[in-house]
Amino acid sequence: MARDTVTGSRIRERRIVAGMRQAELAREVGISASYLNLIEHNRRRIGGKLLVDIAQILGVEPSLLSEGAEAALISTLREAAADATAVSPELDLIDEFAGRFPGWAALIAEGHSRLGMLERTAATLTDRLTHDPHLATSMHEVLTMVTAIRSTAGILVDTKEIEPEWRNRFHRNLNEDSQRLAESSQALVEYLDGAGDAGASLSSPMEEVETMLMEHKYRFPDLENADGDVAAFVAAQPMLQSSAARTMAETSLRRLRTDAQQMPRDAFAKVLDKVGLDPSAIAHAFRVSLPAVFRRIAILSDDLLETPAGLVMCDGAGTLMLRKPIEGFSVPRFSSACPKWPLFQALGRPLHPISQRVLVTGRDARQFDCYAIAEPIGAIEFNVDPLYHAYMLIVPADAPAQNANEVGSTCRVCPAQGCAGRREPSILVDGI
Amino acid sequence: MGKRVLLIEDEPNIIEAISFILSRDGWSVATHSNGHDAVGVVLANPPELLILDVMLPGKSGFEILRELRDAEATRDMPVLMLTARGQTKDREMAERAGASRFMTKPFSNADVIDVVRELVAT
Repeated sequence: MARDTVTGSRIRERRIVAGMRQAELAREVGISASYLNLIEHNRRRIGGKLLVDIAQILGVEPSLLSEGAEAALISTLREAAADATAVSPELDLIDEFAGRFPGWAALIAEGHSRLGMLERTAATLTDRLTHDPHLATSMHEVLTMVTAIRSTAGILVDTKEIEPEWRNRFHRNLNEDSQRLAESSQALVEYLDGAGDAGASLSSPMEEVETMLMEHKYRFPDLENADGDVAAFVAAQPMLQSSAARTMAETSLRRLRTDAQQMPRDAFAKVLDKVGLDPSAIAHAFRVSLPAVFRRIAILSDDLLETPAGLVMCDGAGTLMLRKPIEGFSVPRFSSACPKWPLFQALGRPLHPISQRVLVTGRDARQFDCYAIAEPIGAIEFNVDPLYHAYMLIVPADAPAQNANEVGSTCRVCPAQGCAGRREPSILVDGI
Repeated sequence: MGKRVLLIEDEPNIIEAISFILSRDGWSVATHSNGHDAVGVVLANPPELLILDVMLPGKSGFEILRELRDAEATRDMPVLMLTARGQTKDREMAERAGASRFMTKPFSNADVIDVVRELVAT
């Protein structure tokens, strides 16, 4: 059975695992049981909001139910294979393995992801212990106080005849040093506690922000009016563990709020009906920037469009700072992305909007319409080189085109041969 | 008056404690507490033994020692280095800089006296 026709079967499987009756799930998502039955027997296609709703009720990621789920799993398995040193997994059997043993495959993928996170945490903590000036200073302070106390106490105990003036002096020194030691060790413990928390989060600030945004489905109605307290909202989000993540989240939310105020949902829907999915026309209609339109389309697409749209944003160094994932367009989590993405082309031509049909290399080889632009950060000043942020809106293409540019996710799992932008060999030596 | 020991250390209570125990052991103890002008202080009146902390304000003990080893008057002067860090690389750095001995904080008073006696005797 073709990959894209078994979403219904997966829903059925997950529903049974969750112990739900068909009628119950249908009622929860607001469709008839007979329609759900047709979906579950793969006689009706499913996507968009309904798929997201069903996934939420079943407590799984939508991608696990959709056609991209196996592709994502296989992609992670390939990464695991690429990182293997002592063994050589049979890459040519990877499809069969994931298809026949999805549970075991998922276990390997999860283990690989966790191992990667733990390695990053270990590297961060090692780096901190080795190079952290604050830690070195704290340790030095503690050891210095211990030395002073030990030496002074030794004098008081070992010196049989000691003048009262010296005894009093050493007692005072002991008191001072013990107080300083208490403060130093307390500060050190607090610092190490903080370091432990940072390590325990096992994720980067960007991932924490991403998790928060996804958990709220990128919608923050309470924050969209001027009274919404963004700082309080951010402080109340348990997944935002690091201060870096909280700062990033606050910046993102303020930006999304401005977008929402400039392009309210209902007004946006009307313009969308009138001009279609044309970012330029929407920007003209609302007199806003293209990046703002990209963000608004990406966020409202789950609600207003048949298929959700994705969004990525990077800084001038090409570091991805915001990701709204989309099925079929894999955005690497930790490695560098494909340099052929219009996102990076936009960085080379700031303020020059780019629209491009792309074909994502790989098993599904799907096409997307990408819209990208780089805009300067902050105010433009004379004789000051501006810095840029680039945005790329990713919209699934309705119908395939002949002139699509091939792009990948990241070099390691990209089968394209003879690519001038390749940074490292692909593990897919023989293609897919 | 005993042999002269110069202690360069920035922690006042450690200065006081070491000064006390060495004085009681018969040494004449001079002290100095920063790295900026430490080399000049040593060269102006070289002691029989220098006790030198590694982490000093202004200039590290390693740098001070390297400069002293370049000077004729202090090339062979016994130097005991004190540090709060006992890592292998610190020991290696101390040896490369020309330290005669290396002690890691916290140390006992008896150890300090033993090492000082040993270094000056040799």
